[in-house]
Amino acid sequence: MATIDANKPDLPAAGAKSHPLYWKNRGFAHHFRNADEQFDACKLGMWLFLTTEVLLFAGIFCAYAIFRMLYPEAWTAGSHHLDWRFGGLNTIVLLISSWTVASGVRSAQLGNNAALIRNLLITLVCAALFVFIKLYFEYIPKLSMGKAPGTFFSYPYAHDPHEPLWWSVYYIGTGIHALHVFIGAGLLTWVLVRAIKYEAYGPTEYTMVETSALYWHLVDLVWIFLFPLLYLIH
Amino acid sequence: MTTVDTTHELDHHDEGSYLTPKYGAMGTVWDWMTTVDHKKIGVMYLFAVLFMFFLGGVAALAVRLELLEPVRIAADGSITGQLFGGDGEAIATGNQVYNRLFTLHGAIMVFMFIVPSVPASLGNFFLPLMLGAKDVAFPRLNLFSWYIYVSGSIFGIASIVLGGVDTGWTFYTPYSTTTDADHWRVLLMVLAAFVLGFSSILTGLNFIVTTHKLRAPGMGWFDMPLFIWAIYATSIIQVLATPVIGITLLLLIFERLFKVGIFDPGLGGDPVLYQHFFWFYSHPVVYVMILPGMGIISELLSVHCRKQIFGYRAIAFSSLGIAAVSFIVWGHHMFTAMGELASTIFSALTFLVAIPTAIKVFNWIATLYKGSIAINTPMLYALSFLFLFSIGGLTGLPLGALATDLHLHDSYFVVAHFHYVMMGGTVIAFIGGIHHWWPKMFGRMYNEKAGMLGCVLVFIGFNLTFMTQFFLGTQGMPRRYASYVDEFQFLHSLSTYGSWFLLAGFLTHLFNFIHSLVAGPKAPPNPWGGLTVEWETESPPIEHNFHHEVLVKHGPYDFDTVVPPHCDERDFPLPPQDQVRAH
Ligand code: HEM
Ligand SMILES: [Cu+2]
Repeated sequence: MATIDANKPDLPAAGAKSHPLYWKNRGFAHHFRNADEQFDACKLGMWLFLTTEVLLFAGIFCAYAIFRMLYPEAWTAGSHHLDWRFGGLNTIVLLISSWTVASGVRSAQLGNNAALIRNLLITLVCAALFVFIKLYFEYIPKLSMGKAPGTFFSYPYAHDPHEPLWWSVYYIGTGIHALHVFIGAGLLTWVLVRAIKYEAYGPTEYTMVETSALYWHLVDLVWIFLFPLLYLIH
Repeated sequence: MTTVDTTHELDHHDEGSYLTPKYGAMGTVWDWMTTVDHKKIGVMYLFAVLFMFFLGGVAALAVRLELLEPVRIAADGSITGQLFGGDGEAIATGNQVYNRLFTLHGAIMVFMFIVPSVPASLGNFFLPLMLGAKDVAFPRLNLFSWYIYVSGSIFGIASIVLGGVDTGWTFYTPYSTTTDADHWRVLLMVLAAFVLGFSSILTGLNFIVTTHKLRAPGMGWFDMPLFIWAIYATSIIQVLATPVIGITLLLLIFERLFKVGIFDPGLGGDPVLYQHFFWFYSHPVVYVMILPGMGIISELLSVHCRKQIFGYRAIAFSSLGIAAVSFIVWGHHMFTAMGELASTIFSALTFLVAIPTAIKVFNWIATLYKGSIAINTPMLYALSFLFLFSIGGLTGLPLGALATDLHLHDSYFVVAHFHYVMMGGTVIAFIGGIHHWWPKMFGRMYNEKAGMLGCVLVFIGFNLTFMTQFFLGTQGMPRRYASYVDEFQFLHSLSTYGSWFLLAGFLTHLFNFIHSLVAGPKAPPNPWGGLTVEWETESPPIEHNFHHEVLVKHGPYDFDTVVPPHCDERDFPLPPQDQVRAH
């Protein structure tokens, strides 16, 4: 069977530093000429993937723009129901997490495993905080008041007949964004586990840290657009 | 002079072909199921998409069979026709069955066959080989996308087994959000298309990175074979357009599950928005279908008439040009649903597509000029492509012109147009490409006479089936109807007979391929005298593709000056050197 990893040294499995995944022991895949080429390829791949993600959200933003143009009152009225303080808080939380994840990459490049682990942990805590604020202060109270999407909308004091549509766009946009928060957090958790178990990342081996961090920046970026468009338009 | 230089000796000398089983029966199955070898994945894709072609083809034959003797109300109120029964309620059920049949034909052919067809099978196998690489950039991702493809197809087939879908492959709202409301088979089909999109994105992404990073030393962008350029342009479209259909189908799923109202006019939503989203993807994707076919044709024509391709850069850039323009013409599918200004703009932009397309066609024809044209199956298919695709492309122009499209829209003319481009273009190129690379992929020659017979049958059958539909369309036969007035009977019958010729042609190829696998003569490494890098290695290729690291020293089409690797000069003589023009 064709194996991908070439020149992977055989090492006893005891202790992180002698583990094949320890950063000094890592090889590169056999179809690349060297580790740099592999790193470049992975990074290009991730950038392309992020492009597809941006285009996915572009669909939602497009629907947002069209309906806002058609029903400006519904959009203003809907936005009144969102508390900019929670949105703002979440923006700050995500900005901090973007900073720590970037510092994480730097720590890996410098070979400081402890700092990498610390940065990743803070990032993950931020991710959890974001989801908590979103759910506990926003989704749950709103849904219980009947501010739900589409035909589920039952809020009795709506100002505009098209408010259900506003809520549809709100839940779809933020919901799919939240899904990306989970995916990104999953990636970072994986990186964290490998950093703890094998010291898998160091100056010559930080592809996975870098690409996961790129993904996390996308999560942040999308929110940076969602926040003003949803919370700050009234 | 050869393509490879033996400077870097790698230890692959004793390695067998990638097809040689190294384990027991179960072990071999496991080996294939978990393989990260692009060649095996390509072969698995090849069989998977051909199976889908078969399923979709059966549905197509059934559709044509129904149209031979449709359920029909004659002028005196009696009902004629047999296929779906001949009395009262039969019309209703007959129509329902018909709607499901053409939907499953369209959905299978588009999402499960033609979109992955060439890139995922031949592209997977030959992109790394032609670049002189050992594999695609992300081999595990490659295998993963195969599994996504298979799961998506299983969803689609499950939906059919559960009773089928009658929305048409386009899933237009509000129909697709309301039909069969108590059942989830529509959801399942939409989900299938969504999942298949992921597979398409990952394949495209993989190919882009591979082309950028894994070209052999000495191979600049303009030393790449044109097949690679085509696959590269295709991949760009796949990566940029598919996410939009992803979100569209997701919104459709939400619409069905949660009634979110985005496409529901009752809540202020807009069904035409769905069409915009859908065609923003689905127009570019028609170039996902055709560009790889065009790439194949560039290879076939040049190799089998032993001539430098005419206008290399023009062909390469026109692929990118088509990819770019394809993103701004989607509105031509909805002329009847847009304002005048928007329609006019989209119409004008649509005509732009014809320019790079025509550039390609003229370059191919110029390539043939004074070439030594071999009469074999790949060449016959390439010539068929030129003929059929030109008709398909030219009939796109009356559809892109507002005044004529008003009459032709949603008629059999459209059906004929897209079959001339998708089948007469892509499928024809695909089969030609399979013949061209068959010896390389499986190490066996096929029977040339049987191959040419199949090609002739397909060519006759195709024109009989679809040429008639242009006439039906201009006379007013609408698409997606199970029945028609008596006046159309003759042309419809011809069309159905044509579909049987097509069947005969494809069966001829099938038996020829099976015969070749079982008893075909062993293929030499370079049976056609090709100069692209894949002919450098053995047939079938060894597991790591090449014995030595590849170093490219000449262009892919330098037939005037280079004796092909592994070939005898007497078989492929160079032209007298004083007649060779500088290129
Ligand atoms: C010169 C290039 C082309 C032009 C100007 C063109 C133009 C058009 C137009 C205007 C329509 C809409 C007709 C209507 O619904 O009234 C159409 C439909 C269609 N075209 Fe093309 N086309 C071109 C090439 C292609 C190619 C290369 C493919 C695929 C390989 C393709 C596939 C289709 C399909 C599938 C439809 C029907 C979609 C549906 O409604 O189900 N076209 N074309
Ligand atoms: Cu189109």
